[in-house]
Amino acid sequence: MSVNVVLCGVGGQGTVLASKLSAAAAMSKGIAVKSAETIGMAQRGGSVFSHLRIGNDAVSPMIRSGEADLIIGFEPAETVRMLPFLKKGGAVITSNRPIMPVTSNLGGSSYNGLEMVKYLESLEESGVISRLIVVDTEEASKNLGSSKAVNMVLLGAAARGGFLGDVDIEDIRSAMVKKVKPQFVEMNNKALEYVKI
Amino acid sequence: MLDKFLMGNEAIALGAMAAGVNLVSGYPGTPSTEVLETIAKVNDGSVYVEWSVNEKAALEVAAGASYSGARTMVTMKQVGLNVASDPLMSLEYVGVKGGMVVMVADDPGPISSQTEQDTRTFAQFSKLPCFDPTSAQEAYDMIQEAFDYSEKYGTPVFFRPTTRVCHAYASVTIKDEFDYHVNIPDGFVKDSSRWVIFPRLSNINHAKIEKRNMELSDIFSSYERNSINMGDGIRKGIATHGISYVHTVESINELDKKPGVFKVATPFPFPERLAKEFLESVDEVLCIEELDPVIERALLMVCGKYGLKTTIKGKLDCTVKLSGENTRDSVDSDIKKFLGLEINCVDSSNTPELPVRPPVLCAGCPHRASFYAVKKAMKGQESLFAGDIGCYTLGNAMPLDMVDTCLCMGAGVNITQGVGRIKPDTKCFAFVGDSTFFASAITGVVNAVYNKADMTLVVLDNSTTAMTGHQPHPGTGKTMMNEVTAKVKIDAVLKGCGVDVVEKVNPLELDKAVETVKRVANMPGVKAIIFESPCAVLFKPEKPCTVNHDKCIDCRKCIKEIGCPGLVVMDGKVTVDTSLCNGCGLCSQVCPVDAISRG
Repeated sequence: MSVNVVLCGVGGQGTVLASKLSAAAAMSKGIAVKSAETIGMAQRGGSVFSHLRIGNDAVSPMIRSGEADLIIGFEPAETVRMLPFLKKGGAVITSNRPIMPVTSNLGGSSYNGLEMVKYLESLEESGVISRLIVVDTEEASKNLGSSKAVNMVLLGAAARGGFLGDVDIEDIRSAMVKKVKPQFVEMNNKALEYVKI
Repeated sequence: MLDKFLMGNEAIALGAMAAGVNLVSGYPGTPSTEVLETIAKVNDGSVYVEWSVNEKAALEVAAGASYSGARTMVTMKQVGLNVASDPLMSLEYVGVKGGMVVMVADDPGPISSQTEQDTRTFAQFSKLPCFDPTSAQEAYDMIQEAFDYSEKYGTPVFFRPTTRVCHAYASVTIKDEFDYHVNIPDGFVKDSSRWVIFPRLSNINHAKIEKRNMELSDIFSSYERNSINMGDGIRKGIATHGISYVHTVESINELDKKPGVFKVATPFPFPERLAKEFLESVDEVLCIEELDPVIERALLMVCGKYGLKTTIKGKLDCTVKLSGENTRDSVDSDIKKFLGLEINCVDSSNTPELPVRPPVLCAGCPHRASFYAVKKAMKGQESLFAGDIGCYTLGNAMPLDMVDTCLCMGAGVNITQGVGRIKPDTKCFAFVGDSTFFASAITGVVNAVYNKADMTLVVLDNSTTAMTGHQPHPGTGKTMMNEVTAKVKIDAVLKGCGVDVVEKVNPLELDKAVETVKRVANMPGVKAIIFESPCAVLFKPEKPCTVNHDKCIDCRKCIKEIGCPGLVVMDGKVTVDTSLCNGCGLCSQVCPVDAISRG
């Protein structure tokens, strides 16, 4: 069976890199991968997603409602937006840091991300979500010294939590070392280990 | 042979390389752009690659090379095909010598386009054979076959993936370089009876083309990428194509009783003999297509021609939705409804209200400053702001609200003239980006000067083609072959066209920009303002701005006036989002109490 992952966030947050890295890690183990990305106008601060399907039996690059084993959310409201894709008992790893849309700032909306996290927690309590990991990515960025490592923080949590099927943290680490510049390897290594599982 | 993880567009590019393509030209446009970029990146200089000034130029360059025996590919998005259609319609009558693939990416949704037009329909209209891949792997293999068909039949052919094929990634098996086809063009051979289009030649060739397409319909019925999977115990079938085919396969894999599937890889010429065989095996067919009901119409035609009683369902009888892209969910529920099976519903009634998140101009985007300067300068005056195609279409959003019209590439400069003719006291502005200016706004400027229009052209010059991912263009001084070239200067072009007043100003110097707009807008005739400031994504950000909360009077003018995503309200106070702000300082010039300072 394929492992289906939805990665989501706001344009510019690095969801595509996280998806590509997971794919490279799976391919290096001989596992087939299919994925689909948002590219184009929506990248300009709009909602973006990647669908990632790890496993030889996936035909389409896209995921159907109720088919995702895992959602990796870079922004809490975007995580909630993607929930229809999650299968019952799927896992969610999300940043708690809201990114305010311009429309909310203009309209004086009260959106602050907290209500999203509370909602996700209620779903974990009722068993709709089997495992919820909420990451304070702002804190993580401060500790790691860069907001660019947030994707590795979330991806590291996914791999170490065993949510990527046969792809483990060492596979992700080797893929990361191949992708990033040598001077950033150490920081990204710390990022992969950042979340306590 | 080796396996590589490739984006569909990369697979198309490598497929063209394997087919021995000699020349690739195109104009950027989502979702087609990465095809040409990949060829530019991977090739050692043996393939000539250019971003042409527009799609018409790209097609004509490729036509000349194909006349000379070169294998050529032209890349564009579906609306770009409209620009290229003039030469293409005639080229079909003249024909080509070297194989020529016109790679047009369609955009169901549409996700980032003006229209949902269907290149398969354009194929019928222009009489070009059309290839429609379902996946990255098939795209890689099929484009090589497309080159062979093109060369064999002496016609340009369409290759038309859609967004979800272009931008999907998959492991693709590709050829080793020593297995690539090698095509050595012999150069242009003069033959005016072949290369000069005249009415008599067109008449003769028209009949030949119609006969060839009838022949191709038969040949395509045996083409292995057009296929039938017979049903499993039921006399119902699905006819489909592209990404919808892939979604269909996945849905059908889960079913006990499987309907038949007709996969159409060549929508034109339609594989009629194969279609007839499929129609005879079923009582009812559901057509699952994106964009136009091309397969559905063709099947109805086949039923009529052969007197078949098979019922055809799809868009024409409103069985499936008439617009937008097909998703795994929509295909799944269409198939289940068709087969009388239960549909799973997702309950999302308890979900908290989600913030809407439309795309916006980036934090620090100089276009925001340009729009704001014009808005401020023209406050209280009857004005028209014609937009155009590019990132700056996003200037339509609140609070800027500075795009009154947007139609197609280069239209704004002419639309302002029309509006001004009907109401001459309206101050008319046409906003156009630098790449769009070169692509198709120059003729509009000449039209305005010649016909003595009264308007202000505003060129938003950020020194790149930003929307599609920062491609070079004639004003940037760089080519896609990585060569330095002369910069075509926008001000010189305008002056050469007879625009006497051409002012350049940095939009981030707000007071100066506003003063310039006020002064220039009041002059008679055609005049131009060039707002020069590089795309915010392309340079290292300066230190972010800071808000001094002791000075801030919480009037929120900064947010209400310019709507920059770098300004947010946190705990009831205006704050700078340091991860987004690039320190452009526009907000600091808007604040009435100097509470915002540059970093």
